[in-house]
Amino acid sequence: MAATTETVEQVRAVTEQKYKYGFTTDIESDVAPKGLNEDTVRFISAKKEEPEWLLEWRLKAFRAWQQMEEPHHWAKLSYPPIDYQDAHYYAAPKMKARPKSLDEVDPELLKTYEKLGIPLREQEILAGVEGSEGRSPAVAVDAVFDSVSVATTFKAKLEEMGIIFCAISEAVHKCPELVQKYLGSVVPYTDNFYATLNSAVFTDGSFVYIPKGVRCPMELSTYFRINQANTGQFERTLIIADEGSYVSYLEGCTAPKRDENQLHAAVVELVALDDAQIKYSTVQNWYPGNEEGVGGIYNFVTKRGACRGKNSKISWTQVETGSAITWKYPSCILQGDNSVGEFYSVAITNNLQQADTGTKMIHIGKNTRSTIVSKGISAGRAQQTYRGLVKILPKAEGARNHTQCDSLLIGDQCGAHTVPYIESRNRTARIEHEATTAKISEDQLFYCRQRGLSEEDAVSLIVNGFCKEVLKELPMEFAVEAQKLVGISLEGSVG
Amino acid sequence: MATTTTSHGTSPGPSRAPEAAPRGFDPATARPFLEQFDRLKADLPGGSLSWVRDLRDQGRARFAQLGFPTVKNESWRYTNLRALDKLAFQPAVAAETGVRFDVLPTVRAAGTSGPRLVFVDGRFRAELSSTAGLPAGVELLNLADALTHKPDLVGEHLGRLATPDDLPLVALNTAFLADGPVLHVPQGVEVAEPVELVFVSVGSDEHPTSFHPRTLIVAEDNARVVIVEHHVGLGTGATLSNGVGEVFVGANASVHHYKVQREHTNAFHLSHTAAKVGGHGVYDNFILTTGAKLSRNEVRSTFDGEHGDIHVSGAYMVRGDQHVDTSTFIDHAVPCCTSREVYKGVIDDTARAVFQGKILVRPGAQKTDGYQQNRALLLSETAEIDAKPELEIYADDVKCSHGATAGELDDQQLFYLRARGIDKEAARGLLIGAFLAEALDEIPEEGVREAFQAYVSAWQNAR
Repeated sequence: MAATTETVEQVRAVTEQKYKYGFTTDIESDVAPKGLNEDTVRFISAKKEEPEWLLEWRLKAFRAWQQMEEPHHWAKLSYPPIDYQDAHYYAAPKMKARPKSLDEVDPELLKTYEKLGIPLREQEILAGVEGSEGRSPAVAVDAVFDSVSVATTFKAKLEEMGIIFCAISEAVHKCPELVQKYLGSVVPYTDNFYATLNSAVFTDGSFVYIPKGVRCPMELSTYFRINQANTGQFERTLIIADEGSYVSYLEGCTAPKRDENQLHAAVVELVALDDAQIKYSTVQNWYPGNEEGVGGIYNFVTKRGACRGKNSKISWTQVETGSAITWKYPSCILQGDNSVGEFYSVAITNNLQQADTGTKMIHIGKNTRSTIVSKGISAGRAQQTYRGLVKILPKAEGARNHTQCDSLLIGDQCGAHTVPYIESRNRTARIEHEATTAKISEDQLFYCRQRGLSEEDAVSLIVNGFCKEVLKELPMEFAVEAQKLVGISLEGSVG
Repeated sequence: MATTTTSHGTSPGPSRAPEAAPRGFDPATARPFLEQFDRLKADLPGGSLSWVRDLRDQGRARFAQLGFPTVKNESWRYTNLRALDKLAFQPAVAAETGVRFDVLPTVRAAGTSGPRLVFVDGRFRAELSSTAGLPAGVELLNLADALTHKPDLVGEHLGRLATPDDLPLVALNTAFLADGPVLHVPQGVEVAEPVELVFVSVGSDEHPTSFHPRTLIVAEDNARVVIVEHHVGLGTGATLSNGVGEVFVGANASVHHYKVQREHTNAFHLSHTAAKVGGHGVYDNFILTTGAKLSRNEVRSTFDGEHGDIHVSGAYMVRGDQHVDTSTFIDHAVPCCTSREVYKGVIDDTARAVFQGKILVRPGAQKTDGYQQNRALLLSETAEIDAKPELEIYADDVKCSHGATAGELDDQQLFYLRARGIDKEAARGLLIGAFLAEALDEIPEEGVREAFQAYVSAWQNAR
């Protein structure tokens, strides 16, 4: 696929304006001093006016973390050791204790979200609804800016149905018994290096509780924004779907362009009780660093869902285009009989990005089923790895797994790797795994070009087709966005 | 966080260099073997040659640093060698001549004979071996003899492919390197008769016995040879066979290398084969495993010239508390090569099977075609399969795929057969046989395939 000089020029022009979320917001912030020790943990806990039990939990996590080793040996990622003392662990835009309404939120912040295209004003969305009758594309948003949640929309409307959707720091006060019962129940504070660090210093994140039998009427969404320099972002999300409930949750993220790397170590815990369903979608577009690999977010995230109840279902869908380094394995523990786990992933790495991502499906209950569809696209000098585990325990009678991992390579400087682990201890379980690696076929390209598409458009079309199985799992509004993102992320890679 | 990344601009290395204090090894387990080596080393063949001494010392030094791998070692995560440490193995002494063999295993038709080397507990048995029927120029002898009388024949190749690095078992074998088969096929020579290599584990009733056979196969350009290895057991004592093989396949040469391992269930069978394939060369490897308490076959092959072809396949059938591990690595170091892997296995009782298969396509190895498939059939409630098929790809114009499945016999197929009046056990037998036959079909040599098929049937009949 030799590119003409013209194409190359065009591509360069596009690439340079590629990351449109790279701006910074000039806002006064309340920042913890650099460094990490027990005082930092106490500082964060005090800022959040947390109860004693939570501080104790954080401190236990911090002490455990000090004994842990940064996991450098198994993931196919290379980065210099991180100096955990050289960062701020708390940064919050200066504002009143907790804004009662959007009018109390700093206009600079509102402008930021406006620029990012995130609707914080409920009426704006409602206006949109009026135009398209019959549908309700309303999305309730929890906006997290650095270490704090700045606004959560549609709270009142959701509360009418008994749904709790708020910042986790708020939930600690509002429904402490739920938080205490479920926090760390899926990802214990000793789980792994980054999750343990998160447990010690997490600042904010979203909390969702869907009561029995309630179908959440709108998409819930958290939008994470890292703004402050030299900070890490450690958010914690906890979603509980009580018996027979349903929720679809979206997560988006961006960060300014900076030359230094910033750490994002989040933990997401999902709990689905009997007959409950959680659909969790992520469009991860953290700043990926520039063409030379300078800057970008280190995205070390632990996401895990527990299908605790019978017939429960957890579905992860992710579109990963950002971050300098991605280390992320959204997983399902299929404990309840007949529970279902799904993982749909599109990961695109370009330039010098590195991604080591995949999933774990742990089949414990009878007739548990899991589906894994992973599409990896590697371009430029990027390295990408699918790493997954399918584990069938002896009692998982009749368990089923189907895994499909496909990789597409664009250019001869990149890498695409597949490392699946399959462990079965039940003969009635059926496991199928398929993986392929290929490049965009000349035939497909020729076919498109012959019909008058430019090479760039043809590649974008083919790649979108390659990802279709995953993209169709996204809620509609996201799917459109994601499709564009797929195109943008690969710009500059053809040739 | 406040770091700038410079390191990921460097070229992508396929794997990390071994670290000084490596994770996943237990150096303490090395001690008994090191003491034995230090006692024995003066008596090992070829001791007068400095390069042989150096090779052994390097092996010893590396094994001393590493010891046996532990399950924390990524490539050993599913195979635990802790049992070895508890057994206090003694090195095999000169072969017990009292052992008699009524019939030695062979793939040949009854009443025919051909080239064959026999090793008992790792030591050569001349009276059972024969080099009859080999074309002129072909060398077939044992390593101890080669080191004593023809060191130049092996000096160029020995220890060049299987290097200790982060492979403690290769290091251990290299330290104790003493005997094993040596086959050298000169340029353009085709060996019509299959060369059979018979390894018999006898051991001792008094103590666990260890030996470290070393195989060297060199096929020069345009040569062709078929090799069949038989690994069988006779005694009742625990044995450890820690074999290492090096196979050099010249340009346009072809080496068909088949192995059947039917050792006793008191045997530990560890085997490492390293192969290098020249341009247009063919290396065709097949391993059939039914024996040993714990076995691991590690096959690492590398392309050294374009348009090479590597087939690494096998079948295993295990029951009781057997453990079988197959770990393969195919290194597409150059463009335009083809590799194919088909592994199928049947696991019964509380047996456990492990399959780890890695295909590496290095930068620039365009037009690579890599295919891998592994399928496991679980026959009991308590059987276990752990599989890790892995692709590591640094070139874009390639076609690589792998597939893995695990499950039990298909109910519909069983129903189909039973509806035609076939009883349940017979129907299961048919389906298992058909399942394994697909793997055996990977063997192009008809005589070998039929002989291996007979081993599969024998295993099934014993069920």
